Amino acid sequence: MAIVKKPELLAPAGNLEKLKFAVLYGADAVYIGGQRFGLRSKAGNFTYEDMQEGVAFAHEHGAKVFVAANIIAHNGDFEGMDEYFRTLQEIGIDAVIVADPAIIEVCKSAAPGLEIHLSTQASTTNWQAVQFWAEEGIERVVLAREVSMEEIREIKKRVDVEIEAFIHGAMCISYSGRCVLSNHMTNRDANRGGCAQSCRWKYDLQEEFEDELLVHDETFTMSSKDLCLIENIPDMIEAGVESLKIEGRMKTIHYVATVVGTYRKVIDAYCADPENFVFKEEYMDEMLKAANRPLTKAFFEHKPTEDDQIFGIPPKMRKYEFAALVLDYDEATGLATIEQRSPFAVGQDVEFFGPKRENFAQTVEQLWDADGNEVTTAPHPQQILKIKVQHPVKPYDMMRKGC
Amino acid sequence: MMTRPATELLASASSLEEAKRLFAAGADALCIGDQNFALRPAGHFDRTAIREAVALAKEYQGRIYIAVNALMHQQQLEELPDYLAFLQEIGVDAIIFGDPSVLMTARQVAPDLKLHWNTETTSTNYHTVNFWAKKGARRALLARELSLEDVLDVKRHTAIEIQAQVHGATCIFHSRRELVSNYLRHEGKEGANGPLVLQEHNRENQFYPIFEDGFGTHIISDEDLCMIEHLPTLLEAGIDSLYIEGLLKPVEYNEAVVALYRRAIDELVANPGAAIDPNWRGELESIQPQGRPLGTGFYFKAQIY
Repeated sequence: MAIVKKPELLAPAGNLEKLKFAVLYGADAVYIGGQRFGLRSKAGNFTYEDMQEGVAFAHEHGAKVFVAANIIAHNGDFEGMDEYFRTLQEIGIDAVIVADPAIIEVCKSAAPGLEIHLSTQASTTNWQAVQFWAEEGIERVVLAREVSMEEIREIKKRVDVEIEAFIHGAMCISYSGRCVLSNHMTNRDANRGGCAQSCRWKYDLQEEFEDELLVHDETFTMSSKDLCLIENIPDMIEAGVESLKIEGRMKTIHYVATVVGTYRKVIDAYCADPENFVFKEEYMDEMLKAANRPLTKAFFEHKPTEDDQIFGIPPKMRKYEFAALVLDYDEATGLATIEQRSPFAVGQDVEFFGPKRENFAQTVEQLWDADGNEVTTAPHPQQILKIKVQHPVKPYDMMRKGC
Repeated sequence: MMTRPATELLASASSLEEAKRLFAAGADALCIGDQNFALRPAGHFDRTAIREAVALAKEYQGRIYIAVNALMHQQQLEELPDYLAFLQEIGVDAIIFGDPSVLMTARQVAPDLKLHWNTETTSTNYHTVNFWAKKGARRALLARELSLEDVLDVKRHTAIEIQAQVHGATCIFHSRRELVSNYLRHEGKEGANGPLVLQEHNRENQFYPIFEDGFGTHIISDEDLCMIEHLPTLLEAGIDSLYIEGLLKPVEYNEAVVALYRRAIDELVANPGAAIDPNWRGELESIQPQGRPLGTGFYFKAQIY
């Protein structure tokens, strides 16, 4: 029997364009950062005007927009905060993601209509902690990345509050919020958006032994492989997790579209017919096409081991790039109008993919520029071209190339 | 016996032996913990040892605080009610919590326990301190990443007690992962023999101790906090408790540090406005372990973000 209550697929949106792609490729909700109070001071954060446009676009497509305001505040950070939340409410933001209880209080009094989600930065690891926040009136708790599937089940069983869990993306190797390496090594406050990612740097491990300092041969690193639970979506759905979250406000459009599109397919396929659901190899292939690092299930089944970390030089992943965006398609001629996003040429192998459709690969056979002249290369950013495609395509489909 | 100043001198203790020596050296209160519930306790105190520590404190008219400040997972949750009931029954002076599950459990099974709130790196402003005060916290332990100005500002804006660290190591990273074991296994080694330190490739003389326990991996600051020269400011501001972290230090060191801060606090309280004795800092430097400078952490350092 089909599953009626599908979980929400929640995607990152580093800017307005990424927001649109996330929504078109199947996100039920996106989360963004505003100009203040977020943890990615270097991400393309949204102005109020961007938010308005993003909310309008998302709502038109039946999707929600959340704003991350998950810093751990110092005394001086509260100025203008009430005004900020009031404005978010007026703009029609669907929820804010908050970590600091003081910010929760400001939000509650300034914008009582705004839904509040407790950020993963609060490191909520057990059902009683979840219960505490539920009693505080928090509508949704984003769990710590350190919980296992079994613990998630226990939490869902015991507490009546929405649960959001990470399913994909890069991870802090520490408990979120419990790392100030960046503060100590670079004076950049990790918990207020300045994280320098010192955990990914190279270290020597030295051992004091019989009054001597021995240095271990291999460089010591604390880099985690990236989370990927594409194979475990059925477990998450069966446990009743309300929202499945993808990390990556700094990631590319290609990444967002590929990852969101694939999770969308898996969720839809499983919910349509759980008994006969089969996990297809191509789902994992897609994950690898977007991956920046090798993948891991982190704490899902057991405590991570050495196999879940990256030591030495990070392995080179096969890289794919966003080559062109489909703007239009003419069924009569089989020609697609596309906008260049990175250089490509006739003879190159490319792949077309899009929301809720099968991918297809082909070689670039023939190309024309905007004036109808036949060309062999597409070197200019945002150049408009026509290309012969082997199957029908639609606006917002993407053409990717290996590199 | 001379009455002690209102400001509490608090230290961690790794064993009953150390507890005794630190009380004797002048500590007003000691923080101890069971390694199954406490984050980075200086040593492990099982129930028998906790009971004895409470009795010992009575002899010295001191206080015992029990750290129950781990991020709890399912297993600890099951054992928590019994443990908290035990702590209430034997009359510990307070417990230190960070995870809301401890607060929830205490309300149910040990409502008389005095609660000190400590979420390490995330206790950073007075609004949050006051939030936890409303939930029943009687004291807040402030993050070490605050400026002195911020610490004083928190104190001015809250009615509950404020504890600030004045000396010793601070934890700068906590992962649930077994990062040291994973690395050694990757290297094909069984385990390490001695204490471990990390050195970042571009930071030549900075050594960060690293160790693993049941809660994962912890990285410790490369320098020890030392606020002895700034005690007048802290005393004047009425900071309620000044903490000396004894983690990874020998008993002799901690004993000497507690004795010195005791002397300094008593002298400064007896003679308000008196100058700092220039020998205090020198005395501390003379016992400082090699490779670990004394510093003032973030008390006088601006951070960007």
